[in-house]
Amino acid sequence: MTHRQGRRAAWNLVGVALFVLMVFPVFWMVSTAFKPDDRINSFEPTWFPTSPTLRHFTDAIHRPFFWTDVKNSLVIVLVAVAIAMVLAFLAAVALAKYRFTGRQAFIVLMIGIQMLPAAGLIIPLYVLLARYHEVNTLTGVIVTYLTFVLPFSVWTLRGFILGIPKELEEAAMVDGSTRFGAFARILLPLVAPGLVATSVFAFITSWNEYIFARVLLNDSAKQTVTVWLSYFLGTSRQTDWGALMAASTLTAIPVVIFFLFVQRRIAFGLTAGAVKG
Amino acid sequence: MASAAEATPKWSRRRSLSWRRVARGAAPYALIFPVVAVLGAILGYPIYSLLRLSLQRYGLFELIQHKGRYIGLHNFGLVLHDPVFWHTLARTIVFTVANVGLTMLLGTLIALLLVRVSSWVRVLLTAGLVLVWSMPQVVAVQVWLWMTNPENGVVNYVLTKLHVGNYLQHDWYATPFSQLSMVTLLIVWGALPFVAITVYAALAQVPSELVEAAEIDGARGWQVFRDVTMPVIKPVLLILTSLSILWDFGVFTQPYLLIGQGHVIPSNYLMGIYLFEQGYVKTDFGRGAAISILMLLIVAALSVVYVRRMLRVGEAT
Repeated sequence: MTHRQGRRAAWNLVGVALFVLMVFPVFWMVSTAFKPDDRINSFEPTWFPTSPTLRHFTDAIHRPFFWTDVKNSLVIVLVAVAIAMVLAFLAAVALAKYRFTGRQAFIVLMIGIQMLPAAGLIIPLYVLLARYHEVNTLTGVIVTYLTFVLPFSVWTLRGFILGIPKELEEAAMVDGSTRFGAFARILLPLVAPGLVATSVFAFITSWNEYIFARVLLNDSAKQTVTVWLSYFLGTSRQTDWGALMAASTLTAIPVVIFFLFVQRRIAFGLTAGAVKG
Repeated sequence: MASAAEATPKWSRRRSLSWRRVARGAAPYALIFPVVAVLGAILGYPIYSLLRLSLQRYGLFELIQHKGRYIGLHNFGLVLHDPVFWHTLARTIVFTVANVGLTMLLGTLIALLLVRVSSWVRVLLTAGLVLVWSMPQVVAVQVWLWMTNPENGVVNYVLTKLHVGNYLQHDWYATPFSQLSMVTLLIVWGALPFVAITVYAALAQVPSELVEAAEIDGARGWQVFRDVTMPVIKPVLLILTSLSILWDFGVFTQPYLLIGQGHVIPSNYLMGIYLFEQGYVKTDFGRGAAISILMLLIVAALSVVYVRRMLRVGEAT
């Protein structure tokens, strides 16, 4: 028995060491953001911010275009996600509840599009949007974001709809509801958590998106917050690491909070069903 | 199969009117129509214009004129005779193999570790993994730059203190190899949580009676893994591997930002960056389109395994 306990203790030690190693970059970001400059720039690192300061955060949010670009990100993401949810939900119902000719082709389309590398699509999208003078507009970016948000949402929502017991819906119909009535009163409330999870995940993906926003928005006042952050280092010789880490922390916070909420629901979306065979 | 029967329940067949049947048949098409229409407009047309652009001379002048000049397969000829293309392709393949290999190996090892530790360590480690998973790529790049900067990066300090060597002022971005190694570290760090947590979930499907029976029969740890565990988690590993291949082959954000917008040069190009520099930065959209098509063809070939697998998932329900 002691042999077994010893082995478990050894594994625990490995686990804790791994935890420290994996989480360190995140810890270091937050820790740096709260440290005064002299502590940041000394060669001997200060591990914990013993005399914390909020100066870097005020510096970061007072940088030009921070609030404008946060607003741009929010507009782009919220509009894209709202449109995607409505359209994707309808298609997901079709996939989950009906068998029809072309269903397989539609599934291939949904999965295949998610596989396309974004880099491969920037050239035609840029040329197309330039033709309609939609480069440097939020509309252009919203439209391009739909290319990856829609297929993902259709596929994930389909899984959530399938998760609803058929008996519930059938029982409602036997009780005299129409198919639409059954849908509105039974299906919709049950699938609501799935809708929330999917839209939060779509929110995160769009909020983090970089290459489309970088190519399609050249004007500092029109950029998203990820592009803003990528230009933060700029050309100055002396890097303001404290402010950069504060800005990074601010960019990551909404994503981290949302992610912790939905991770469990979404995590297995990509591989769901594969386990069962 | 079940949903086919469910779509036409018995009670409705009795009193069905013919228009009703038509409506029912049309319903799925009406439901998928908006998605198909939107994707057709924002993706179908660009893909068509990608094909057309690749056969045209299309630079800044043509962009302003909204009109390219047809030059046949000239762009493809230029790309395929460009040694930079072949070097970049080879480098990207090596890079992808290294990244996917490391991600899958370490991810599976972490998943196996999660099974063996006490529950409080499991909760702690899972929470850490989820936190890392949630880090936006652009944010992770900035943190990496800060940790590895030559003057006072914490990595140089720790390596020197641990007597790994003298890393004071060490520049981690001096050669293409070390640049891409840093990118690999960043990508593997970011990808491990997804792989580890998904494989851990798959491990829960392994029947513990079988493992115990094998152990009683005297099977060693490695044999148990190969003969009992592996067959169960293999489908998941297959899907994760193909997904990782696709993501790493087309990667752009991390190498572009970590190496630096001003420091990407032909000797450290990956496919995504090569395409971006040739097509967008040099505003040679025709050639960029040709590279895009070649890249999309490679990715399509790589994704066949994944798509077929997922299709089976879609059909099974």
